[in-house]
Amino acid sequence: MAITVARPNLTFRERLYLPAILSGLAITMKHFKNMLLGRTKVTMQYPEEKWDSHLPEHYRGAPALVRDETGRVRCVACQLCEFICPPRAIKIVPGEIPAADRFAKVEKFPNEFDIDMIRCIYCGLCEEVCPEQAIYLRKDYAITGFTRADMVHNKEKLLEIGGVMHGVVLKWNEKK
Amino acid sequence: MGDQVLAPPQLLNVQINGVWHQFPKGTRVIEACEQAGSYVPRYCYHKKLSSPGNCRMCLIEMGMPKMGPDRKPEVGADGMPLINWMPRPQISCAQDVSEGMGVRTDSPLAQECRKGVMEFLLINHPLDCPICDQAGECRLQEFSVEYGNAASRFLENKVKKPKNIELGPRVTLDDERCILCSRCIRFCQEVAHDDVLGFVDRGSHSVLTAHPGKRLENNYSLNTVDICPVGALTSSDFRFQMRVWFLKETKSFCTSCATGCNTIIGTREDVIYRQTPRENDAVNSSWMCDYGRLNFGYLQSDTRLLQPEILAGDKLIPAEWNVAITHAVAQLKHFSAWEIAIIASGRMTNEELWLTSQLAKILGVDLIDIVPRTGPGDDILLSADRNPNTNGARLLGVTSVPGAKLREIKDDVVGGRVKALIALGENPIEIGLTVEQLKALPAFVVMNILSNDATEAATALLPSFGFAEKRGSMINGKGRLQRLNRAVRGPGQARDDWEILRDLIQAYSGRNGIYSIEDVFRQMSEAVPALAGLSLSKIGDLGVQVMESAK
Repeated sequence: MAITVARPNLTFRERLYLPAILSGLAITMKHFKNMLLGRTKVTMQYPEEKWDSHLPEHYRGAPALVRDETGRVRCVACQLCEFICPPRAIKIVPGEIPAADRFAKVEKFPNEFDIDMIRCIYCGLCEEVCPEQAIYLRKDYAITGFTRADMVHNKEKLLEIGGVMHGVVLKWNEKK
Repeated sequence: MGDQVLAPPQLLNVQINGVWHQFPKGTRVIEACEQAGSYVPRYCYHKKLSSPGNCRMCLIEMGMPKMGPDRKPEVGADGMPLINWMPRPQISCAQDVSEGMGVRTDSPLAQECRKGVMEFLLINHPLDCPICDQAGECRLQEFSVEYGNAASRFLENKVKKPKNIELGPRVTLDDERCILCSRCIRFCQEVAHDDVLGFVDRGSHSVLTAHPGKRLENNYSLNTVDICPVGALTSSDFRFQMRVWFLKETKSFCTSCATGCNTIIGTREDVIYRQTPRENDAVNSSWMCDYGRLNFGYLQSDTRLLQPEILAGDKLIPAEWNVAITHAVAQLKHFSAWEIAIIASGRMTNEELWLTSQLAKILGVDLIDIVPRTGPGDDILLSADRNPNTNGARLLGVTSVPGAKLREIKDDVVGGRVKALIALGENPIEIGLTVEQLKALPAFVVMNILSNDATEAATALLPSFGFAEKRGSMINGKGRLQRLNRAVRGPGQARDDWEILRDLIQAYSGRNGIYSIEDVFRQMSEAVPALAGLSLSKIGDLGVQVMESAK
């Protein structure tokens, strides 16, 4: 069904057209004057200047793996992020933690954990789906590389970005 | 004897959720409800095992016909019998239907009971789902979505039990996850006849364990993993390999012996991760043996043949397919019919065996046989005949008595009468020939999937597909025609066996109108009376009986 849009009834002054042009030009001239006097600065000089201090709290940058306070890689290779990832950027090869390891109770860990940052769309579904709070979107946004292989973040790289996350995931505690 | 008459099976009227249905006498209430479209959740009940009724998940509301003072059922205003509902719930798994019975599966009482049972089962259950292989096909997960609470009311400490125990060479046990349904115990008693499992200790400290000094190591142990409704028993082979929701499931059957147990092959991105049995009461019930189940690793072996090769000078060099086929045929054309022998395989599909017999006919070869392969069988499923398609080879005329001509083939190769040998899926060293004798052959055409000493001696090497990589049909030991479906793509340059055989035939006799495996089956069904009127699609998922059962 077609929607009829009512045409606005313009006043004489609006129909003259020139007053609007002139008032717009006045704003432009005001900014020009401020620029000349050094009162405003519009352009951020990236990459000499960085966004980092301006990023909002909820900013979604590169996904990364975190360790807990005891140094354990929180990820247990449940592969839910691999499943949920819309562009299928995540690839996990699970492994079994040997019985002699101090984290043997967890049984399972990611042997390999690759995120293809060419594919990643920074949607944050991996962080949302993670039952172990092991993957977080950090504030790294300048992901660059010379080759496609450079753009794949492996487990070491992901842990390096992620660092240590403090917080309560007590379920793998020996006493639990 | 002939004039004895049995009464027809009795049908009983049962009201399920307000609707009257008829079921044969002896139907369990839980099965009747399922047939009527109301699935009753259950953990311990398995239709192929006895019913102990110990999980209490299948509680329903049940009633019996209301009897008047004259012991006649009272009839309501709608002309149907009235039902006296019992005040307390009943388990539906250990009860057969009876005349005039009433069942409510979704009444407030039944719902409330399931919620209560779920809460008790989850009290000591660990939060292992992220590392549990059962996640995704776990009954406890499924029913806790339907009947569980979002949060636990249990504030006390959970009971600690043994975790990650090797219950046997192929089964890993996690006692914390066990809900004590006893399916595995009953399976070992009733099906595998190896009564090694049991519960010890009492109350919430009850654990599943193997008899002291014994292990769960019978050849059917992995079926306990399939029937375990939770993640207590997991397969050590499949452990942590892949989450089940990634697996593509292809219906197929096991080719490790003549039984041909129906299977589901779980694959992801052309890698086979597991095989599980598929129910077929005419073949394998719901089970399969561990030997067959785990016998797929060779398809992913490093020794797979990936490239057709031909002998040039004194070594094998890679070749294009058409070059390799032409080379093989050009070699064979040098010899008369009586100088050629064919060793076919009982592991080939009917289509391949048919084309092999056609090739033999064109070549005029009389020396053709399959290699019999036997091993110890048992009374459960494993057959002593380890070739999956011996019956197919018999039916299609490749052999009459498997292995009868092998002696002659061997002697003629050694004696120099046979100058060209075609080995299809078999290693001639296994029939007693040596590498030197094979190397001395002027023409030795090999079609196989794995490299071995014999493939090194080939003059033309044609890499082919394994059972999970191709389509085709086989006839099991009891004469049932079953269908293989393709689960993964073949590796490298390897090709489907029937295509290789067709190309060999066409290199001799020109185009023969065979473009697909359906064409092969059609040609075969027109020539073989037992297969008349069938096609690959008509075989269906459960197979068709085409030969008289041998025993």
